[in-house]
Amino acid sequence: MRNQQATQLLSELSRPGRVAVTWPACDVPEQPIEDLIPGNFLAEQAPRLPELTEGEVVRHYTNLSTKNMSVDTHYYPLGSCTMKYNPKRNERLASLPGIVDLHPYQDESTIQGMLQLLYELQGIFSEISGLPACSLQPAAGAHGELAALMVAAKYFKSIGEDRKVVLAPDSSHGTNPASAQMAGFKAVSIKSDPNGGVDMEDFHKKLTDDIAVLMITNPSTLGLFEKNIREIADAVHAKGGLVYLDGANMNAILGITRPGDFGADMMHYNPHKTFSGPHGGGGPGAGPICVTDKLEPFLPSPVVAKEGETYKLVFDRPNSIGRVRSFFGNVGVLVRAYCYILSHGPDGLREVSENAVLNANYLLSKIKHFLPVPRGERCMHEFVASAAKLKQERGITAMDIGKRLLDYGFHAPTVYFPLTVPEAIMVEPTETESKETLDAFVQTLFKITEEDAELLHDAPHSTPISRPNEVQAARSPCLRADFCDM
Amino acid sequence: MTYLYNTPDDQAAMLKSIGVETIEDLFATIPSELRLQRDLNLPPKMGELELTQHLSALAAKNASPATHACFLGGGSYDHFVPAVVDALASRGEFYTSYTPYQPEVSQGNLQAMFEYQTLICDLTGMDLSNASLYDGGSALAEAVIMALNTGKRGEKVVVLGTVHPEYRQILQTYFGHLGIEIIEVPCVEGVADLAKLEATVDASTNCVVVQSPNFFGAIEDVAAIAEIAHKNDAVVIQSFDPISLGLLKRPGDLGADIAVAEGHSLGSPMQYGGPYLGIMACNEQFVRRLPGRIVGQTEDRRGNRCWVLTLQTREQHIRREKATSNICTNQGLFALRASIYLALLGPGGLKEAATLCAQKAHYAQSKLTEAERLEPVFGNNPFFKEFVLRDTQGNVDGLLAEAREAGILGGVPLGQFFPEMDDCLLVCVTEKRTKSEIDALARTFSLIHSGGSTIHA
Ligand SMILES: Cc1ncc(COP(=O)(O)O)c(C=O)c1O
Repeated sequence: MRNQQATQLLSELSRPGRVAVTWPACDVPEQPIEDLIPGNFLAEQAPRLPELTEGEVVRHYTNLSTKNMSVDTHYYPLGSCTMKYNPKRNERLASLPGIVDLHPYQDESTIQGMLQLLYELQGIFSEISGLPACSLQPAAGAHGELAALMVAAKYFKSIGEDRKVVLAPDSSHGTNPASAQMAGFKAVSIKSDPNGGVDMEDFHKKLTDDIAVLMITNPSTLGLFEKNIREIADAVHAKGGLVYLDGANMNAILGITRPGDFGADMMHYNPHKTFSGPHGGGGPGAGPICVTDKLEPFLPSPVVAKEGETYKLVFDRPNSIGRVRSFFGNVGVLVRAYCYILSHGPDGLREVSENAVLNANYLLSKIKHFLPVPRGERCMHEFVASAAKLKQERGITAMDIGKRLLDYGFHAPTVYFPLTVPEAIMVEPTETESKETLDAFVQTLFKITEEDAELLHDAPHSTPISRPNEVQAARSPCLRADFCDM
Repeated sequence: MTYLYNTPDDQAAMLKSIGVETIEDLFATIPSELRLQRDLNLPPKMGELELTQHLSALAAKNASPATHACFLGGGSYDHFVPAVVDALASRGEFYTSYTPYQPEVSQGNLQAMFEYQTLICDLTGMDLSNASLYDGGSALAEAVIMALNTGKRGEKVVVLGTVHPEYRQILQTYFGHLGIEIIEVPCVEGVADLAKLEATVDASTNCVVVQSPNFFGAIEDVAAIAEIAHKNDAVVIQSFDPISLGLLKRPGDLGADIAVAEGHSLGSPMQYGGPYLGIMACNEQFVRRLPGRIVGQTEDRRGNRCWVLTLQTREQHIRREKATSNICTNQGLFALRASIYLALLGPGGLKEAATLCAQKAHYAQSKLTEAERLEPVFGNNPFFKEFVLRDTQGNVDGLLAEAREAGILGGVPLGQFFPEMDDCLLVCVTEKRTKSEIDALARTFSLIHSGGSTIHA
């Protein structure tokens, strides 16, 4: 039950002299610290951290946790984020001694079990993508995009070509153009056609001879399979460019179609979406990338290889882009993905996608009658409705609807993304929800569209806080507890 | 059907509502020639018991601090994690929530992130912190990007040779192909060569990157380095060890403009290298160029104090190619763990932890060098919890293999990073190591014959 008392800040709870941790006495002969480390390097006093008892820390954070919606507690149809159930077994297995406590510089002879897992996972990701080579190093989807674009840059350099342009549809995720920019390319956006696919005319116009990479999300951020994908990929290849698949929406196509088979040369996965890695209130994720054989030499190092019965890390890869991250990557997230995939097997993974798509289409079939879904009679794993008409007629925005849903105990869908749909409401139910939940969501949504506009503008009414003043937050930033008018 | 809800009846009802016959019909938009015409070639499905047995068998093939005393460091450390950190961070409301896009139902996460930012500022002596980046290495690359993009300076990036070799590789990967000049200043005797630095830094220098304690464990004279950099108007970026700040002066007190760190030592396990925590704190001048999420305090409509994601016009979802970084998903759960850890330790606990590391590491250095064949390298440098030893017989691998036999992960061989140091190992001693473990390692090392085989007593 929620503790209704205002939760104070740690600094306000702190009282000098309180302690929560007792360290053991020093068991080696002690020397004055100044004899070990010269005084000019030593701080006069320890940093000013709060002083609390263990019980206070537990109550503080436990009460904070109850102010969050989460997948464990609520339906969370956040489009593009695949907020599916996060299996408890994965948490336990990723925390086994011998997994959770391995040091990254242990001798290979002492981590054969871990290397076997990672080696198998490279193969699994390759099989699901239809792209034969894999690097597990990137730390999130965006990081995978960056790594893969650096791979592309190095590949073009190796064949003596200077290509500068990265194309991405205007409905793409913001990380696509941002990654292109960071990797040293020029990001150019392609228009969407009225049905939400790539506008072929604009595509051909922008497809210049210096195309390096086309980044495409398929299924798209509108939840549609790009029917021209083969033609698009062929055209990019004909110009000597590469096709990058943003794999954030893989939950729709596991075992159904493979990026490598529809023309992608490289892709990232978001294991924290598709393969149930819990999102942790912001992270961690992982961003493994898969590529074609010709791009393999350029992947980050190390990769895991098998020689006879022995697994080993391969560093000697002279054409590699090098490293994008320290150590091996976000292994804990990868272990969870491995557990998830093994819990399903090939049939199970296909059923995941089938039911994700079924649930989304079911919702779509109900919702489109009262909330227009501009692009599509059908969808893949998600769809984008629009509150543009409600806004025009009654002043009700996508934001209002999202906020009011919170009152009814549903997390809001993604709103205002993709940018190509006005008043976008992007709904991704995932496969791990029941028909009863989906029905209740539909009924609630319908009810909200009939509610008084004023009530909606002021929503939510029953959450721990009402709408925050975001303008003030940005105008006079207060970014730490004791420093509030900088 | 592992985690699925839909029964055949549900599916039939849903298909009817959609107006199609079969689930297959829903995939009609995928051209048939692009469909996978076979099953994925993956291992068959396992139930929970089978999977548990499988993972346990894999885990049993690994040695770990659960079975071996760990003296490995080099950016990943075997520090103690209090039970409270695991208990709180494994609350589903924390770990199964998304980035707090809806502040009204995310105040728990948002307040925790705001407190994280506050704790990191207090820890480092810096003005500002973001809500986390991926890891210490990529955080360093982001710091360089931020420096390059702020103010009018040259483009030359000066990196000290004592910075973690993997971090330096990351800088090469991020910037090498962009034509940004990265100059590495070689070290002398395991610390920065201030004379060479002075000769290298000039008006075209954008930033100077220093790590202290450095990769070899030595404490750098960051204040002197900062002075050289600032004379030339260059930004000072320090990579630091958060535990060391229980004893050592803070980056902010030494003149760093941007402070970054690998933060996993604050309450998170080693996990074979990740997920970890990229800490980034900086001076006020960078406020509009910081990468990643930032949480700010404000008020709701009823006047309640509350927290939101703020300054989002820096971020990719708004600015796309003009964003300060491409980062979206960060390491929120590990920032939470770090906050809980710091809240538990408080100033006294952090100081004690750091002191235990320093005392035990210094004891270990003198104890291990009692072995005839081992000598300290860079022995005169002040160090915190890591130090370098040389095997005068040049058989580091043999030494470490013997140590493993004795149940000890004895150190990181340095030849993999520096070919000229293939007779050296980096030893790390955290507060977890006991005197008897240190003594056992010393005994093992001193019992080894020349040539690398042990007299088993
Ligand atoms: C379509 C799409 N692309 C890329 C990303 C970036 O992935 P990540 O947040 O893991 O960096 C996301 C997720 O937010 C996404 O939805």
